[in-house]
Amino acid sequence: MTLTKTLAGLAAGTLLSTTAAFAQAYPERQITMVVPFSAGGPTDTVGRLIAERMSADLGQQIIVENVGGAGGTLGAGQVAGAEADGYTILLHHIGMATSPTLYRNLAFNPLEAFEYVGLVTEVPMTIVARKDLEPTDFPGLVAYVKENADTITMANAGIGAASHLCGMLFMQALDAPIVTVPYKGTGPAMTELLGGQIDLMCDQTTNTTEQIKGGTIKAYAVTTPARLAVFPDLPTVSEGGMPGMEVSVWHGLYAPKGTPADVVERLSASLQSALADPGIAEKLGELGTAPSPAADATPAGLKAKLEAEIARWKPVIETAGVYAD
Amino acid sequence: MDLISNLGLGFATAASPENLLFCLIGVILGTLIGVLPGIGATATIAMLLPITFQLEPVSSLIMLAGIYYGAQYGGSTTAILINMPGESSSAVTAIDGYQMARRGKAGTALAVAALGSFFAGTVATLLVALFAPPLTVIALKFGAAEYFSLMVLGLVSAIALAHGSILKALAMVVLGLLLGLVGTDIYTGTPRFTLGITEYADGLNFVALAVGVFGIAEILRNLEGEQDRTVLGTNLGGLFPTREDLKQMVAPMVRGTALGSILGILPGGGAVLASFASYTMEKRLSDRPQDFGQGAIAGVAGPESANNAGAQTSFIPLLTLGIPANPVMALMVGAMIIQGIVPGPNVATEQPALFWGIIASMWIGNLMLVVLNLPLIGLWVRLLKVPYHVLFPIIMAFCSIGVYSVNSNVYDLFAVAFFGLLGYALIKLRCEPAPLLLGFVLGPMLEENLRRAMILGRGDPSIFVTRPISAVLLALTVGVLVVVLLPSIRKKRDEVFVEAD
Repeated sequence: MTLTKTLAGLAAGTLLSTTAAFAQAYPERQITMVVPFSAGGPTDTVGRLIAERMSADLGQQIIVENVGGAGGTLGAGQVAGAEADGYTILLHHIGMATSPTLYRNLAFNPLEAFEYVGLVTEVPMTIVARKDLEPTDFPGLVAYVKENADTITMANAGIGAASHLCGMLFMQALDAPIVTVPYKGTGPAMTELLGGQIDLMCDQTTNTTEQIKGGTIKAYAVTTPARLAVFPDLPTVSEGGMPGMEVSVWHGLYAPKGTPADVVERLSASLQSALADPGIAEKLGELGTAPSPAADATPAGLKAKLEAEIARWKPVIETAGVYAD
Repeated sequence: MDLISNLGLGFATAASPENLLFCLIGVILGTLIGVLPGIGATATIAMLLPITFQLEPVSSLIMLAGIYYGAQYGGSTTAILINMPGESSSAVTAIDGYQMARRGKAGTALAVAALGSFFAGTVATLLVALFAPPLTVIALKFGAAEYFSLMVLGLVSAIALAHGSILKALAMVVLGLLLGLVGTDIYTGTPRFTLGITEYADGLNFVALAVGVFGIAEILRNLEGEQDRTVLGTNLGGLFPTREDLKQMVAPMVRGTALGSILGILPGGGAVLASFASYTMEKRLSDRPQDFGQGAIAGVAGPESANNAGAQTSFIPLLTLGIPANPVMALMVGAMIIQGIVPGPNVATEQPALFWGIIASMWIGNLMLVVLNLPLIGLWVRLLKVPYHVLFPIIMAFCSIGVYSVNSNVYDLFAVAFFGLLGYALIKLRCEPAPLLLGFVLGPMLEENLRRAMILGRGDPSIFVTRPISAVLLALTVGVLVVVLLPSIRKKRDEVFVEAD
């Protein structure tokens, strides 16, 4: 990052913040970004990518701290109770919306414990299978799964994981109970899919893109409203006859409740400038995703998303009857 | 020939002055954090990730890989000197290595560990270069049933780890298995034995357990009597192995390397088994099995070679499939993604310089480590002369920092304290902590794969014997059981005969 770029970023940030007095004061020391998952995972990668650009924009280092455990609720709970001064922020994914239903004794209320900074990115998911599974297209897969419901197996990365949520939607849309096999994370699940030990999985493009390109697994559909630039030939779930199965692993940036409005605004402006950086777009693109549009990378955009998603997943999880507590 | 031109490209990449420097930085850092008890490679690599953004992808990965296998070297140092294994693999080294140190042969033990590791590293690097793709195919043949049978074999062999009562070893394995159950059941999401503490929802932290039952317990034991302390403090003995020592280490080293290379390939836990399995094998093959646990050179050379070979070959699934075999590998994946390289089956063809550069750097790194470590042995051994009232608080402080740095979880520190006391009680009861640790590591995998295999087999247990690899592993288990039990049966018979005379 060049000095001029940094200065330009700083200038832009200051202009965007109307309350200049606080904006000049904040941030005056390093900021901790809590990522409630282990280092090296997809969420951690997204966090570190934006932390680097936001650091340049804010003129203070953002340190990523991994507080993993209990489906991200430990790290989120820690930030919920942290001092609301803008020096502790949280990057969380779709788990923020499913945790109030999955964890019936959650110590904090996701809708009340945080200030919203903005939506970061929505990672698409893909429905993939071992490479020698018979069906050649998505409708074919649907028919095949219905016919062979008692022998087919589907992997996921444990209760509440994105792959599990997507699998629940898939099964509820199919109305065919198939055997699901949980793994400790999508890494081991992918290994077994590669080895043909298991038939199906629904996983983020972060994990599947390179395998699909390499021909080691078969892809049937993407779970986004529109086709992806990386896979122009891969149909969407709606095209394949399963509308309403759209699902993405969306990531949002939060601050503890009570963080001053101008600080939240400053962070939000910084997030928008980071997401506008072509370098970020390129790196996210390699993972099969894209930065959220500027209109969504706002407090209002994230709030709307979280509320809609909590309402959406509650009945899905309750129908499936699975809880993580 | 492809291989030679590939390796040529690799060495050309890895031997650029810049990459050599980063390799050196990596192995030095790795050695240091390995030596500091409790601070593992995972925490260090996580902390260093942001720095690597500024580097070339190859340089950053070479440095991170260096930290990883450097820590393997360094970890054995603390295991030998102060009975403080930082990683599951060096827990085995602690058994005989620490006994050697107490007998004044700390220098020999350290040298044996370093030489064994170097030999294993060289062979395993060659294996990675030659056979990575075909080996991957074998690894993919391992499904839930195979993993389950492998874990059974590992646990049964663990009984041979003990040099005392078989019953006590069995009890320790079972206690380890039970401790491994703490945490969320991945099949139902139900928390088990967490005492309602959310911080234990993901289970007990391995480092906390190992540091507690081995290290803290040993410190408590040392504080007991004046005599034990003087043994270590005054008699350091020869720093380097004698010709006789070297002769004793060759065969275990070769066998350990073979075992480690094979087990290391399996994604998810294979490498953990390597050092335990090697120890068992050496004890069985030795004509003086009674020396094991009393400072046997083979008990250090074999497991050390096995764990280093496993550490190298665990790169195979990462490089050929893009699948991380352990948490450190997961971090490497993160580092690659941030650098714009998404690991997957195409890395070798799309980024040959990176792929072969990393492989070549592994060998260079191993060479650096042995050059670096041999002269350091004198220095490490002199550490033992530091008075205990100075050394112990420092060790405990570093342990606490190290354990805390893994998850920033204060409950992990409570676990260290608890397991320290438990470990002390176990010493008093003459129970070995190594089988406990193995049970703890393998238990969750055993359960996970048993249940997964049963789900995949639709509740039919015959899946374990109808799948060929699984059947062979179970047959081996029976074989080990017979070999373990036979001597005690024979002994009983002998006793009967003696009485009859």
